[in-house]
Amino acid sequence: MERVRIPPFERFYEEHREEVLRHLRRLLGAGAEDAFQETFLRALRAYPDLRDGRHLRAWVFTIATRIAIDESRRQRPRGDLPDLAAEDGLPPHAELGPLTDDLPPKERAAVVLRYGFDLPYDEIATALGSSEDAARQATSSGVRRLRERSKKT
Amino acid sequence: MKVSPELDNRFRESAAAEGLLDVAYDVVDSPVGELFVGVSDHGLCVISYESDPERHVEQLARRFGARVLRSPRPVDQVNRQLDEYFDGKRRRFDLDVDLRLTRDFGRAVLKELAEVPFGEVTTYGALAARAGKPRAARAVGTIMNRNPLPIVLPCHRVVGSNGSLVGYAGGLERKQLLLKLEGALLA
Repeated sequence: MERVRIPPFERFYEEHREEVLRHLRRLLGAGAEDAFQETFLRALRAYPDLRDGRHLRAWVFTIATRIAIDESRRQRPRGDLPDLAAEDGLPPHAELGPLTDDLPPKERAAVVLRYGFDLPYDEIATALGSSEDAARQATSSGVRRLRERSKKT
Repeated sequence: MKVSPELDNRFRESAAAEGLLDVAYDVVDSPVGELFVGVSDHGLCVISYESDPERHVEQLARRFGARVLRSPRPVDQVNRQLDEYFDGKRRRFDLDVDLRLTRDFGRAVLKELAEVPFGEVTTYGALAARAGKPRAARAVGTIMNRNPLPIVLPCHRVVGSNGSLVGYAGGLERKQLLLKLEGALLA
């Protein structure tokens, strides 16, 4: 397949900044602005290594989603006791993050976005850069994997 | 969702402050009209009378790297010196310039051009001679026409051997205005 030229960063930024902010606001609420800044700085750092201008939207949504997941994990208060029962009242994504650590990245993101952040499938699809069907599929196979794992332990 | 100007500026400033840009640019006002000004990590790399960024961003990305972003802070110093020049308070620019993309004779000519003093004029032929090719007056004309840094590299100070203004990429009116401002032409 022929490569698509990487656009000037200004174009890329103008094209995606609004929907990235919307996505982050959805995931983080008030913390969205710091995550927005971090998302585009991280994109800017990685920009020279991009080889293809295709899928830039999925690329930046993936960066934003990862930052949001890290951010919400960071906000999790660090108690001395790793007892889950003692952590009642935490937002659900704070627990889902570590629990899903070893899922394949796409399934992990799908599960966290669906059950941690309560996003509808069309927005998960946007974040993953895939179709709504593929987003559903990634979520359910991630959940299946988690169930199988919990049976084993 | 609209990105507020504060958030937008914050990102643009950090991008430059962290040294992540190949070219930072802005559009600034001047008595000869709006100017497009771009700065790379080597120095000033573009000034243009064509002030619409759309006309420059793609080309800058191809030439200097894809990380081209509007970010006023790095352009401040250029902007300030241009203001001083137009206010008659500056006769010489003290700026790093990025001429990486010019080669050989073109670069030699631009270096000589930089030495033509405020308020004086020279000719295409004289400049060609100073750059080592006395017969290349016509080539010097082309180089002036493509000068990446007009005003700062003073191609407006280069005129025909009979004293006629000949031409200027920004239009003869601007050339005349700059020479009048410097007192090289009678008003």
